[in-house]
This record gives sequence, structure tokens and C-alpha cells, in this order.
Amino acid sequence: MGIRGLISQSLMVTWKDLMELFRNKMGLIMLVLMPIFMMSMVGFIYPSDTSISDVSIALVNDDEGHAGYPSASAMLVAALEQMSTDTGMMTITNASSFDEVRDMIQSGEIDGGIVISSNFTSSLIVGKQGIVTIVTDESNPQMSMSLQFALKEVFEQIGTWVAEQNVQLLSPTTINATNSLAIVKPYSVRTEGSVPGELSYFDFMAPGLMAMTVMMSVMTGLPAAISHEREVGTLDGMMVAPINRLTIILGKTLAQTARGLLQGTLILTLAVVLFGVTIHGSILLIFALLLLGVFSFVGLGVVITSFAKDQETAMMVMMTLMFPMMFLSGVFFPIQQMPWYMQDISRALPLTYAATALRKVMVLGANIGMITTELAVLIGFGAVMTTIAVPVFKRAMTK
Amino acid sequence: MIETRNLTKEFNGLVAVDHISFSVKRGEIFGLLGPNGAGKTTTIRMLATLTRPTAGTATVGDYDIVKDDNEVRKLIGLVSEKIIMYDRLTAKENLWFFGRLYNIQKEVLNTRIDELLELVQLGKWKDVQVGTFSSGMRQRMNVIRALLNMPEVLLLDEPTLGLDPQSTVEVREFIKKINRENKMTIILTTHMMIEADLLCDRIGIIDHGKIAALDTSPHLKRRVSGADTTIFEFEIANLTTNMVSSIQSLECVGSASRDNATRIRVHAHGNNAFDIIIDTIRAEKGKINSVKNLEPTLEDVFLHITGHDVRDNADQKIPMKGHRRFMPRRRVR
Ligand SMILES: Nc1ncnc2c1ncn2[C@@H]1O[C@H](COP(=O)(O)OP(=O)(O)O)[C@@H](O)[C@H]1O
Ligand SMILES: [Mg+2]
Repeated sequence: MGIRGLISQSLMVTWKDLMELFRNKMGLIMLVLMPIFMMSMVGFIYPSDTSISDVSIALVNDDEGHAGYPSASAMLVAALEQMSTDTGMMTITNASSFDEVRDMIQSGEIDGGIVISSNFTSSLIVGKQGIVTIVTDESNPQMSMSLQFALKEVFEQIGTWVAEQNVQLLSPTTINATNSLAIVKPYSVRTEGSVPGELSYFDFMAPGLMAMTVMMSVMTGLPAAISHEREVGTLDGMMVAPINRLTIILGKTLAQTARGLLQGTLILTLAVVLFGVTIHGSILLIFALLLLGVFSFVGLGVVITSFAKDQETAMMVMMTLMFPMMFLSGVFFPIQQMPWYMQDISRALPLTYAATALRKVMVLGANIGMITTELAVLIGFGAVMTTIAVPVFKRAMTK
Repeated sequence: MIETRNLTKEFNGLVAVDHISFSVKRGEIFGLLGPNGAGKTTTIRMLATLTRPTAGTATVGDYDIVKDDNEVRKLIGLVSEKIIMYDRLTAKENLWFFGRLYNIQKEVLNTRIDELLELVQLGKWKDVQVGTFSSGMRQRMNVIRALLNMPEVLLLDEPTLGLDPQSTVEVREFIKKINRENKMTIILTTHMMIEADLLCDRIGIIDHGKIAALDTSPHLKRRVSGADTTIFEFEIANLTTNMVSSIQSLECVGSASRDNATRIRVHAHGNNAFDIIIDTIRAEKGKINSVKNLEPTLEDVFLHITGHDVRDNADQKIPMKGHRRFMPRRRVR
């Protein structure tokens, strides 16, 4: 029979698996919902700087003023209130003391507080810095960070404005309004990406999510499918036929790949249509990369299949492998944010390379020449794993 | 057609099949009869090339089950304990899928599928998903699936397990029919004595992985009577457990098992055994309604040969108090 038999029989297995898949209504619904769910969940949860809105802040104004001078804190408070009504970023309530702010944070009434020190005005008058304390809810580090960042920005602006006024007062004749700003703040920093347009978190996440879905569908789908058939007994029906043992994995891999690509395409479409992602690279290259990702993961899936005797074990092994991969491969969070030892682990995972390559192509419009490292790693990993997997599988099938 | 020599399978130290040797002639229905866990399925799986033996060899149609496994596969059809059918595929799609794995030409396969479906009266269910079938229909599908490649050897593992009485009869009739009409060699496992008796030309009694006896059903039964064992069935109105254990402890009683509230079945040896048993019952003030002298059944053969009741491990039936599970073996060779 040889190679032609192997191929035509593998295709039979693929046909059978896909028939089962498409007749399983519940499974199909899950297949479609899963990526939608994942994208919405991750996309909306992930903090971005625009995600701060309607934060409730308690304001404590301890400033005692300075006899004969206008209160400096009043100006600050006015500026804060102006900003909160303008941007809707926060709602400000008044509190009496630092302790009360702390209690309010603990009871969850507010997200943070601002305390203006008692000698705020007098410090400014005598030429010292006025001190404002920002109190944050440390049980919520994400919020705490964003709040600190936002408030610092606000005070910075107010501070700059005050400084500008002061500089102008120093020498009203020589310095006009525009270059007083240049004296106080000589640098102005702007950022611009290498590709035009504004990038959202989805642009970052969609390629990784695609890579993950496609590769996982092979890595998890293959062991799940084979151990399921082993358990219900239908695997024996194939094993007892005079076919090459590889027919079964080949056929099933093809079916899982088709399933994965279907999901991948769905993610791509969703990303473009619903989440405004723009694709800069070649679609063909994207799919080629996804297929390569599949190839690099098949071996691993087969090895798991060979060792896991029943479905439950297979599932458990896959879960333990899957979660670290999901979070360490830079699919949801950039690798650069991780501590160095995590980055090292990340560099050992094939998913990292698939996600990176796909991101380069989709977001940056890279061509094949720019992702050679990733390609090499994926091909290498796939080749090694497949070489290990084939004999292991053949042995495991006839115990 | 089939020959096993010291075929052995161990699972992590547990010997599931223990040096089994037997041979099956062409066209014969050979039965492996034994309780749950005796090693029947493991034996079938080794012959079907699904499991490698730990020791020993076996050949199917002169092909070694390990070295020439693919040749063996071409010769056999397997009806396993579990139904080998995909619920979401129709009857025809299932058969088509498995048929194509045997590289059967498309036209040939098409007509064969129709023939096989007609053979088990499932023709009009051809395009219905198997998941909606009754257990009897599913088992009939399971059997014809094994016939797709027109095998010379059919391996049937508990083919009527879990079927309703009518389907059981149908499946048994069908097995007889294909054996008769196609001269197919069949190995069948069962834990049902009647099934082995009805279907098999020769029966191998398997217990704890070993073949305890192998012969035709009449010959096996003759071993019981030939061994000077008589089987009595007493109907005692006020049968008590005490009475049962007194009878069991008698020297001349091989075994005694209580069939229901008032009936006890006794294997007795020797000429005066009957008198001794009657005296014992009388001594316990038992009221004997009737006594029957029974012809041995395969159940008695099993009990006689293995020393324990086939139901001991077969169902979860709670053994009687004081029931001696393992009698001293009186094996007749
Ligand atoms: N895959 C396996 N792993 C470990 N033990 C097994 C396996 N298959 C069967 N056994 C054990 O081997 C013995 C024989 O089982 P089996 O051949 O299924 O008996 P039967 O079919 O006669 O009921 C049982 O004790 C069973 O628990
Ligand atoms: Mg069994």
C-alpha cells in the first residue's frame, strides 16, 4: 500500500473526525464562542491608561494657610475639581484626616485619597516645596499604579503652571508667556510608533491568541481525541485494521489542524471586524506561520498521548503544560515585563516564537526575512519532537 | 487455524493470562468460558494484535501475532466488548469509514455495506446516526463491522453482554449462521454457561488466567458424572443457613449452593451420599418437599473443575454465609 494508502487512509480518519466535530452542535458553539469570549475577556480586563474612569477619591485639605497670603491649596483643589468634571476621571469627596482616608479605603468606599499637608501654603511662601500625599489602595496594585501615575501627572501639570507664573513674576519684561514654559520645562517628549495609526491592546494580543489557539488545539486536541477513543473503545476498531500505525495520528492531526485554523481565522476576523485590528503583513505568511506552529506542537501532543493512559490523565498533563505556556509565552503580557528568570523560561517555549513571529508579521508587517530566528526555532523544535514522538507512539499503541 | 503456545500476559505483576495453550480448527466455534477477570478479554486482545504477549506465542492462519501482526489483521474481524461505532456517524458512514481502512474498493464496499445491513435487518436505518440506535441494534452493527473485510477468523468478546433476551437470541442465531454459511472460524468468549453450551463446538474453561479444562460440552459434562459425582436438588420448605452449612461440611459433599429460599443444589460423591444428606437434613428437622437427580450442566462442570461457582466473581451476588468458596480441588484428567 505504501505512502498512498497512508495518505488516503489518514484522510479517512480526518473526514471521520471532522464529521463528528460538525455534527456536535454543542462542541461547535463552544468552538466559536471560545475565541470571542477569550478576546473580550482579556481585551477589556487588561488595564490601559484610558481605563481609569470614575475613580472615587477622598480629599483632605489640612492646609492652614499663611496669614496675609491667599491659600495655595485652594487653587490646587480648584484645579483638581476642574479636571474631574472635565474628564470624568474621578469623583472627589471630602474627608477630615489621613486616618479617615485610610479607613475609607479599607472599607472600600473610595479608591484612593489626596492629603494636602498643613503647611502647604506656608512652605510655598517661604520658598520650600509644598507636600501633597497620595494615598492608594495597595490591595489593588493595578489601580494603585494607575492612580499614582494619573495624579502625579496632574500635580506635575499644576506645578509647572505655578512655576511658570513664578518665573514670569521674576522678570515680567524679558520673559513672555511662551518661553517661560521653556525655562521651567525645557524638554517635551512625544512618542510615535513605527507603524502608523493608534495600536490597541488587541493588536498586541490577537496574533498571540491566534498562535496559541491553533497550537493548543493540536497539543490538547490530539491527546484528548485519542484517549477519548481509547476509552470508548473505537480506537481498537482502527488499531485492528491493517493500517500503518501513523495513519491514526496523521489523520487526527489534520483534523485538529483544520479545527485550529478555523478558530484562528475566526479570531483574525473578530480582531479585524470587532476590535479594529489592522493587519500589516501578508495573510498567506500568517497562515503559513500558524501551520508551522502546528507542526512544532504535534510531536509534543503525540508524546502526551502516548504516556497518558486515560482521558483524565491526558487532560491533567495538558492543563499543567498549558497554563504556564499561556502566560509565559507573551500572549497576554509582554515578555519584557517579566523578571529575568521567567524570561528565560519563556525563551524555551515554542509558543513564544510563534507568537512573536506572528506579531511581527501582523502588526509590524514583517516579511519572511525578518522572522528567520523564529522560523528556525519552530522548525527545529518540531523536527526534534516529531522524531521522538513517532517511535514512542508506535510502542505505546501496542502494549 | 489458530494456535497459542504458553500465551501469557502480565500487567505490572498481575498475571492476567497464564501460559494458555490451545488450538482452534478451521470452521470451528471455540468458546472461552470463564467468570469476570478470568483473562478472556486479554486473550482475545492478544490474538487481535491489540496487546503484546509478555511471553509465549500465537499464530493466526500461520501468521505470528507479533511478527506478522499486519497479516493477522487482514485475516481477523473483532467484535470487542465495547461497541466500535461512532455515535455521530450514520450506520452507513461508520461502515464506510472502517471499510476504507481495509482498502476495500469503493463499489465493492458499497454493495457489501448494503448486504451486511440487510443481513441484520438494519437496511432502512442506513442513514440514521448510530447514537440513536437501541443496544440490540448497536450490537448488530458491532458484529457486521467486524465482517466488512470478510475475515477468516472472527473474534467475539462477550457478544451478548447487556442485551435484552430477544436481541441475545438474534445475535446467537446470527453467529451460528455466519459460521455455518461462511465456514468462518470463530472464537467467542462468554461468562454465560448456556451461551457456550448453545454455540460452541469446543469450550475452554478459563479461570484465573489458566485453561482449567478444554473439551466439547458433552465430554465436559461427562467428567462430572464420570467422576462419581451426582447432582441433587433438594426442595426444603424450612431451609436454614445452618442446614446449608451442615450439608456443606459433610465428607461426601463436594459443594452445596443455595439457589433460592427453599432450594439447594448439592454435588455429592459416593454411593451412600444420598442417605447421609437426607439424614443430615432430618437431624435439623428439615421438611423435604422434593428431591431431583440432575444432569450436570456447564455450571456444574465449572464448579467441579475450578472448585468455585462461576457467579462468585461474575456478578456482585453476595455469597451465602458459611459458603465455602474454594473447595479442595478434585481435578479429573
Ligand atoms: N490494561 C490492563 N491493565 C492492568 N490490568 C488489566 C488490564 N486489562 C485487564 N487487566 C486485568 O487482567 C485480568 C483479566 O482481565 P480480562 O482479560 O479483562 O478478564 P475477562 O475478560 O475474562 O473479564 C483482570 O484482573 C483485570 O483487572
Ligand atoms: Mg472481558
